[in-house]
Formats: sequence, C-alpha cells, structure tokens
Amino acid sequence: MSLSNLESLNYFYPELILICSALGVILLDLLLIRRERTITAYLALLGLAISFLEASKLFSGNKVVLFSQMIALDQFALFFKLFFLFSTFMVVLFSVRSEEIKGTDQAEYYALLLAVALGMILIASAVDLLMIYISLELISLTSYLLTGYLKGNRRSSEAALKYFIYGAVASGVMIYGMSLIYGLTGTTNIHAVGKALFLQETYPLTLLLATIFVLAGFGYKIAAVPFHMWCPDVYEGAPTPVTAFLSVGPKAAGFAVLIRFFYGVMARPSLEEGVWIPLGNLNWPFLIAVLSAVTMTLGNLVAIAQSNIKRLLAYSSIAHAGYILMGFVLLNDQGLRAMLFYLAVYLFMNLGAFLVVIAVLNKLNTEEIVDYRGLGWRAPFAAAALTVFLLSLTGIPPFAGFIGKVYLFAALIKKEVYWLAVVGILNSVVALYYYAGIVKKMFLEEAPDTTPLKLSPLYLTLMLILIIPTVLFGVYWAPLVNFTDSCLKLLLSY
Amino acid sequence: MTDHVLSWIVFFPLIGAAVVLILPRSQERAMKLVSVVATFVPLLLAGWIYLNFDRSTPELQFVEHYPWIRSFNIYYFLGIDGLSAPMVLLTALLCFLCIFASWNTDKGIKGYFSLFLLLDTGMMGIFCSLDFFLFYIFWEVMLLPMYFLIGIWGGPDREYAAIKFFLYTLLGSVLILLAMLALYFATEPHTFDMTKLMAARGSFVGPFWKVVFIGLFIGFAIKVPIFPFHTWLPDAHVEAPTAISVILAGVLLKMGVYGLLRISYPILPEATVWFSYPLVILGLINIIYGALCAMAQKDFKKLVAYSSISHMGYCLLGMAAFTQAGMNGAVLQMFNHGTITGMLFLLVGVIYDRAHHRDINGFGGLATQMPIYAGMTSLAFFASLGLPGLSGFISEVLCFIGAFPVYRTITCLAVIGIIIGAAYFLWTFQRVFLGQLDDKYKTLPEINARELFTLIPLGIIVIILGVYPMPMLDIMRVTLGNIISIVQP
Repeated sequence: MSLSNLESLNYFYPELILICSALGVILLDLLLIRRERTITAYLALLGLAISFLEASKLFSGNKVVLFSQMIALDQFALFFKLFFLFSTFMVVLFSVRSEEIKGTDQAEYYALLLAVALGMILIASAVDLLMIYISLELISLTSYLLTGYLKGNRRSSEAALKYFIYGAVASGVMIYGMSLIYGLTGTTNIHAVGKALFLQETYPLTLLLATIFVLAGFGYKIAAVPFHMWCPDVYEGAPTPVTAFLSVGPKAAGFAVLIRFFYGVMARPSLEEGVWIPLGNLNWPFLIAVLSAVTMTLGNLVAIAQSNIKRLLAYSSIAHAGYILMGFVLLNDQGLRAMLFYLAVYLFMNLGAFLVVIAVLNKLNTEEIVDYRGLGWRAPFAAAALTVFLLSLTGIPPFAGFIGKVYLFAALIKKEVYWLAVVGILNSVVALYYYAGIVKKMFLEEAPDTTPLKLSPLYLTLMLILIIPTVLFGVYWAPLVNFTDSCLKLLLSY
Repeated sequence: MTDHVLSWIVFFPLIGAAVVLILPRSQERAMKLVSVVATFVPLLLAGWIYLNFDRSTPELQFVEHYPWIRSFNIYYFLGIDGLSAPMVLLTALLCFLCIFASWNTDKGIKGYFSLFLLLDTGMMGIFCSLDFFLFYIFWEVMLLPMYFLIGIWGGPDREYAAIKFFLYTLLGSVLILLAMLALYFATEPHTFDMTKLMAARGSFVGPFWKVVFIGLFIGFAIKVPIFPFHTWLPDAHVEAPTAISVILAGVLLKMGVYGLLRISYPILPEATVWFSYPLVILGLINIIYGALCAMAQKDFKKLVAYSSISHMGYCLLGMAAFTQAGMNGAVLQMFNHGTITGMLFLLVGVIYDRAHHRDINGFGGLATQMPIYAGMTSLAFFASLGLPGLSGFISEVLCFIGAFPVYRTITCLAVIGIIIGAAYFLWTFQRVFLGQLDDKYKTLPEINARELFTLIPLGIIVIILGVYPMPMLDIMRVTLGNIISIVQP
C-alpha cells in the first residue's frame, strides 16, 4: 500500500512528536527564568514516551509505504523504532543525574538527543538511498555535536573532531557508492534497484565496488573492522551517557540499514520462504563473514589490554558488532531473528554496564578499571549489577546474553557455517578474560578506601530495571523471541 | 514434596540462598542455620529416593517433564536412573557436610553461604536434568559461584586459580554448546531431549560425528580432568577453601565422567567405540602421571589434588572396556572417590587450620599429639591407596577386572599406579605422623567434635562399601548394563 504525502502523515506521528518535543525543549529553555534546566529533560522524556506509545500503536500487520516511497512502515521498522525510542529514553534518564552533563546547557543537549532519535527512527524505515543518506547524516552530525559536548574538555573535543573526520570520509565514500548504484540502475528506491539488478545478466565490477563503498558507510556506524578506528577514542572522550547512547542507538541503526540495503538490493528472496540468495557472482556474504570474524577477534583481543573502562567497553562493543554480523551473513530468517534478538538483549546489558560506569564516575570521578577495586564491598548492589551485565555480555547463563549467543550459533550451525561458529565461540572465551578482570577487581581485590558509596536512588532503580530483562530473558525468553519473529514478517516484501 | 522430589532437591538450596541474602548482615548464625536446613532437606530427599528407587529397571524415575520454550523445543525435563542416583546421593551428602566444614568462615558470611547454596543447586541440576539445554544451563550456572568461592575465600594465589578454572571450564563448555546445537539440528523434529537423541543414535554415524564427539570429549575431559587438560586442577584445589576443595574433588570432577556416560556414550556410540583406545591410553596416563606427580609434592593439599587425577584415571580405564564389571567399577569409583577424597581434603583442612601451613616435611610425630586425627587420616589414606576391606579397593579392582579381558597390557601397566599410590600415601603418613614431634606442635589441639562430625559419616560409608558394596552396586547395575548394550549392541 503506497500512500500520498498527506495520507502519510497519519502514520508519521512518532516522528512528528519527536520534532515537536525537540523544538519544545529549546523553546522551554528560553522561557525558563530560574534556569531549572532539568525540566527540559522531563519534557524530552515525555516526548519520547508519547512517541513510543504512538509507534507501538502502529503495529497493524500491514506494510505501508509513505511519502512517495521514501519510507516504509513494517514491523521490522517498528522493532527498531521502539528500540531507538526506548534507548534514548534511558539515556535521557542517565543524563539527568550525570555530573558530566550537569554543568552544560542542558536544553540543547536534550534537543540534540531527540534529533538523533529522530534520525534513527527515520532510518529504520528508509527504503530510498537518498532517505538513507539523509537520516544517516542526521544521526552522524548530531552525534558529533554530542560527542564534543563537554566544552573546554580536550578529550571530548578531540573525540568529536576524530569522529567528524572519520565520519565525513565514510559518508563521502558511501554516497559515492550510492551514486554508482544509481548510475547502474537509474533509480534510488532500494526495491526498484533490487529489481533492476536482478534483471541484469552480469554484474560488473562497478557493483562490487559500489557495495564495498556503501558498506564503508554502514560499517562505520556499527564500528566493524576495518571501519572501527574512531570508536575507542570517541567512546573514551564523549560524555559517558553519550557513549552509552552511541554504543547502542547508532550502532543498531547501522544494523537496521545494513539489513534493509543488503537484503533488498544485493540479494533477492528465494522460492523457499525466509531465505535470500545473493546476487549472481558477488560473494559478499563471505566477505562480510570474514569481516565479522576479524571484527570480533580484534575487538576482544585489544579489549584485554585496556585499562580505561570506557575504552574497554568500546572494544567490547566492536566485538559485539562482530557477533551480530554472524547472523547477517546467513541470508535467512533465522540469522535475522538471531540478530534482532541479540540487539534487543544487547540494548539492556550494554546500557546497564554503562549505567554503572556513569554512577561510579559520578561518585569517584574515575574511569580507570584499577579504581574499581573493592567496589563489591563499597557499593554491593552496583557491583553485583555490573557483574550481571558483564557476564551477560560474555554469554554466560542464566543471563539473556547467553540466549542471544545461542540463537546466533544455532543459526550458524543450521546453515553449516561451522568455521564462523568456532571462531565466535572461542571469542566468547577470550571475552570472559577481560570481563571477569573487572569482576575480579570489584570483588577479589581490596580497595584502598573502604567507605561505602551512596549512589543516587535513580541510578539504583534504573539498574534494577535493566537487570530484570537481562535475567528474565535468560530464563524465559519465549515472549521476546515471539516478538522478534513477528517483527520479521513482511520484511522487504514489496 | 515427594511428587516433585527432584525439583525440590534441585531448587531447595536456591530458596535457602535467597533467604540467606534477605537476612540482615548481622545475623550470621541464622545464615549458617538456614544453610544447614537448605542442604539437610535435599539430603533427606536423597535418602528417600535411595529407599524408593526401583533397582530392577534402566528406565528413568521420578520424571518431571514440562514444556519450557516451545519455539525452541526446550523442556524442563528432570529424572534419574542408576547412573545419576549415586551422584545425587553423593552431592547431597557432601554439600550438607561441607556447610559444617565452612562453619569458621570469617569474611563475607552472607556471600559465602548464598553462593555455596547456588552451587549446590547447579550441581544437583546437572545430575537430574535430561534435557540437554537444561543440563547446559546448570553446567554453566555452577561456574559463577565456583569462581567467586575460590576467588574471594581462597588462599594467597586465589585470583589466578579462580580465573584459570573459569577460563578452562568455559572453553570446555562452549565446545559442548556447539556439539549440543549440532545434535539438535541433526534430529527431526529438532530436540534437546536426551532420551530422544539417544533413540536417534543410529543417524549419528560418520566422520562429522567423530568431530562432534571430540568436542564433547574435550569439554568433559577438562572437568574430569584428563591429561593434558588437567593443569587447572592443582591450582584450583590448592587455593580453594577446604569445603570448596571437597566439593571440587567430590562432585565437580564426577561431572566430566558423568557427562561422558550420560551423553557421549549413549548418543554417539559409534564414535565412543572408535575412541575407546585413546580413552584407555589417556586413563593410563592419568593413573601413572597423576600418581608420580603426587609423589613429588611437598604440599599436602597438592598431593591430594594430584592423587585425584590418578584416581579418576581408574574410572576411564573401567569405562573404556564396555564390560559390566568395568562400568560398575567406574561409577562406583566415582562415588568412592567422592567420599574418600572428601575425607582427605577435610583432613588437610583440619591440620591447616591448626598449623597454618601444609608442608608435609614440616610435620612429624603428630600421631602422639593428635591420635584421633591420625586414626582418621590413616583410614582415609588406606581407603585411597586401595586397602582391601575399604571401599576404594572394591571399585579399583572392579575397574581392573573389567578392563583386563579387553586391554591386557594397559591394565597390567595401570596396576603400577596402585603401587605408586601406596608409596606416596605411606611415605606421607610416615613424614607427618611418625617420628619425632616438633616442639612447636606440642600444643596443637586434637580434632574437635565439629570436624569429626564431618568426617565420620564419610568414614562409615567407606568401611561399609568396602565390606559390602552391594547397596551401591545394586542401584547402578541395570542402568549401566543398558548403556553397554547401547554402545556395543
């Protein structure tokens, strides 16, 4: 079902609400006399919550194409919309009590967060190369600003500049790739592109080149090797709530568009339901499988050597991009289901890990892992929470990360891609070493200072809120997997 | 309670752990009492199972079977047979006794006892679960408390030992995970149900399944531990607190052999037969190498740790022959090793609490100062070295009898292990208890009532099973016969 522009607006409420609340945040800031700036955060939360509710109302079972085939609204898009709105909501809550954010002009910060959220929920349903590019740029540009938000902080500014330069190159390369695709097919709608390519008998080298160029743009967003260089520096320099945000939101946005583009353009559905076939003689799945193996291995090995917890989590997030890519290369619905499931679980556990880092940073003003010594005795709940999140990231039952990994490995074994499964499984053993290193510091080593830490009740509540799904989906995950399954229906059918 | 007896056995300790966590920090005595109750009830239930167990059938008993995750075809499936029943008994007994052995823990009482009870749940779950997925969850759940128990309450080098244990075991278990998924997808409809996998064993033939077998084998071998995957064991055993060493040696090592007998043997019989010769060679290496290493130790605890490696070798020897006597011997050896080595670690703990070191050469003449202690130690030593009339002798002889018709030369070589075993135990006894008493040990107090309470039940079992092993053999015989007929039809 394809709708005109005016009719489309009926399906556009989540986006419209976000736009309004971003503007509202800025206006409210001007009106506030007493400079009680946290009120703007509450407005942002309200906007996100309403947008979330509106988005969840759109689950109808039908696929609608809006705005002259620029964006498509299907369950796949809605999965990511809910994902992005929830993660932004959490990050706003993280920021409210963060000491790093406190000293700044908060209103703009929240307005920017809402703008990233807008970009992300747009990209989740973008089905046109131009739309993909515009929403990706919206995410990128606002992310640069957020990264450099700590004015006068050298690390923050350096991170923003690095992020910007890498990002500019990556998106330049990507748009060049897209222009090549346009040249080959004469259209920018990804389904039309897919169809046009399908009808061609042979695939010129240009298409392979274009694929790699586009991959550079998406790979940069998900921080996959070899497009990951920016990641550790940016994660370290950015304000920690922003780091938490970047490690979840824009990364997932990268995956959403990666699936949309490659499954729509570079592959076509086969006769068997839920299976795609890569285009003719281009073996890009194998290329990405190799990238996946390299990504997780590099991420995990380099993480071992880190002494700064934000850098460590940066490399861990690179490794996780590698894990999730394992599902991507299979070109079937089981791989996709595993990806969505893993992303959902990753949302909870990675945000949770960063939340503890923010809470500790607020009290101890440190990001060094050494300073986590004895935290288990000083702040038992936070340390236990971080342990749960880290072990879930490792993939140890009874936590949800384990189930996510099981789905990934199960999909690989079903498709008989044993080599990648073995690489992945060995990687999770390597990962244990550095995650357990933090646990060791917290519980097995004595702290130089043993005064108990009183963490903000908001943070403790949020930790609990994030632990519940991390444990619950590790023990009973049928609801989540049913949800991801329903989100995969209609994907890319046109 | 008897309707879902296995669920109660598995999860009662977990309830205890939750109660311990809720209790206020100052209520240390209450925490210990809760732990006693939380391990005593499973012990009673295990006793009830022992009395009501039907010994004439290889069928699963006390079965509980409920769907868990339908879309993945995972079931909450518990049940025991003659292979798991002795292990459940052993676990219940050792956990109960170990609560008393941990009575004097001085720091983090709350953490210690709640983790201990969580560990109990994990171990019981492994022996009771018949759904491979459930089995795997318990297998991994057990790692966490073990890591913390060694890492926080262990000896000076505990951090290294704990992470080494964790990494080794995780490496093994991820291989099990891959093998598990391979089995899952090879059956139609896909299933994790061990009985259904067993029924489909005819299709697991060919080189691919040999690779899967090797994956499973490495996973289990790390737990046993089988040479060359044994290096975590001396570190972990030596650094762990006494009660945890008992659990490690008494229960955790059994899981490897249990996994081989429960999963590898009946599900992949072809690969099992193919691998039997390497298995028996590895068993021989374990016996001789472990014994020689034990002889070379100066640390009392390390000596016991290496003797465990040696004694687990007998299990491998017995089970690789696929004879009734050999299998009976292997499983009985698992049980006996659990009780005997449990005693040995408890005894090492007793002397370490008093002298604050474990250097064998640093003692001498303790028999005059601590006669009851010396008596208990001699009982455990003689049981361990295989003196007739004590339980270790029965199971070792059964292993040899079972293996001899099949592997004559190797069995003859393996008997050397008994001689070396006798040598290091007697030599140690001589160095610790005989000779001149050092002046500084003139004030060592005799073993106390609490410590005796942990040792005497094990001692009684060792003597009874040494004279009349049928109470144990009866339970396992039919099931093991069934496994043999599956492996060698």
